[in-house]
Amino acid sequence: MTHLAIILLQNDLAPWQEVMSTFLTEGGMPVLGTWIAAGLTLCMLSFVYKDNPFFRFGEHLYLGISAAYVMTIYWFNFLKPKFVYPLIPVLDPHYGTPEGTSLNLWIIVPGILGVFILMRLIPGQGWFSRITFAFYIGGFTGVALPRIFAGFLLPQFFATMEAIPWRVNSIDSAVLLLNSLILFIGALSVLVYFFFSMEHRGFIGRVSRVGIYMLMIAFGASFGYTIMARVSLLIGRMQFLMFDWIGEEIVARIASLFHGG
Amino acid sequence: MQFFRKQFPVLLAFVMGMLLFVQYFVPSKLSKGFYEGFADWLIVIAGFAAIFAIASLLHYHMGKIRKRVLGYGFSVITIVAFIQMLVLGFVFHYRPGTPAGWEYQWLFVPMQATMFATLAFFIASAAFRAFRARTWEALALLLAGLIVMIGRVPIGEFISPHLSTFSDWILNNPNMAGYRGILLGVALAQIAIAVRIIFGIERTYMGGGD
Repeated sequence: MTHLAIILLQNDLAPWQEVMSTFLTEGGMPVLGTWIAAGLTLCMLSFVYKDNPFFRFGEHLYLGISAAYVMTIYWFNFLKPKFVYPLIPVLDPHYGTPEGTSLNLWIIVPGILGVFILMRLIPGQGWFSRITFAFYIGGFTGVALPRIFAGFLLPQFFATMEAIPWRVNSIDSAVLLLNSLILFIGALSVLVYFFFSMEHRGFIGRVSRVGIYMLMIAFGASFGYTIMARVSLLIGRMQFLMFDWIGEEIVARIASLFHGG
Repeated sequence: MQFFRKQFPVLLAFVMGMLLFVQYFVPSKLSKGFYEGFADWLIVIAGFAAIFAIASLLHYHMGKIRKRVLGYGFSVITIVAFIQMLVLGFVFHYRPGTPAGWEYQWLFVPMQATMFATLAFFIASAAFRAFRARTWEALALLLAGLIVMIGRVPIGEFISPHLSTFSDWILNNPNMAGYRGILLGVALAQIAIAVRIIFGIERTYMGGGD
């Protein structure tokens, strides 16, 4: 029993892998999978018409499956290597080798802090989670503060200034100067727009107006970009329905009906 | 007990914030080890936070089933889907050629892709409302959006071979200027909020109640 538990915890299922893999990747299972995927795709797409029981079925199924998926990913990628193995090193598949995790009882502390979060589920005991949040947020801000300065803010300022070519001796360098000035003036004007300690009138008002235009162009461009990404996903789903599910041959026949073929 | 409820979290945030702030400027093995250990602790806490999130979700749906509210059958679907995927995921870890991998391929991926794909319709309807050029600012938004969209599809090349170059220019210059301004603003705000948290001025993370 212990041996089986260790096998499951170590995910050592190699002996059964081949039989299962053959069953699931050959024969009827991929066909069944295609039909299920097509049905669920149609359920989800039906929301475009309006909210309906088919969509709600797909939505709730997706919710359950994705929650379990996230949970297992957290377990295998984070909790198991960072919490379980340091507490019980014998469970680590690399136990006894130089790569194996060594015993670290200090890891009990974040475990206790984690349990404090779970105490929010007990009525009247939710305040325990404040200690965890204070630890997490306080520590994280301490980590982030110097790194935002050194790793993001100053490099962004330098990149904006350094890109400006101060000598113009060709058309290319003139174009580069124009682009760099748009970048510099644009970024600066957006910052002025976000500066609310001063009334946006006169010169400040005109600069912040330039900032608004820069923001609008940025939002418009990213909006267009997002639409293209979503439409390409939609095309992918349509291709799946037409070619993987209905089949290329039948789609061609249906298309020929409209072309009088 | 009042101390642990009210003052201790603020004190802890201050101590942790200052320790990790100072750690950045101390170039020693001990300091690096402290930082790495803290990063591991954060990962463990985030894992427990994920468990809490899932527990809340299940708690909500179990409540709906218990009270037999309208449409509680959908909550049953969520819980059954969760349990079976969790068991399969724990045993097989979504490897291709396993039942968990099969469900991932034929259930999770198609539903996720379709969920995001349906947003194309809603974005298009939002675009119809947003892109009505009533002001000069809205016109700037409309033109930038249209040029980027048309410049990245074959029809754009058909209309004018320069359209895609212009689309790239918009993305690399005015768009980047706008975003750089936003990001610099966000970074400055992050610094301000970090200082407020460390010194206990900002306490919203503690929530309300007792």
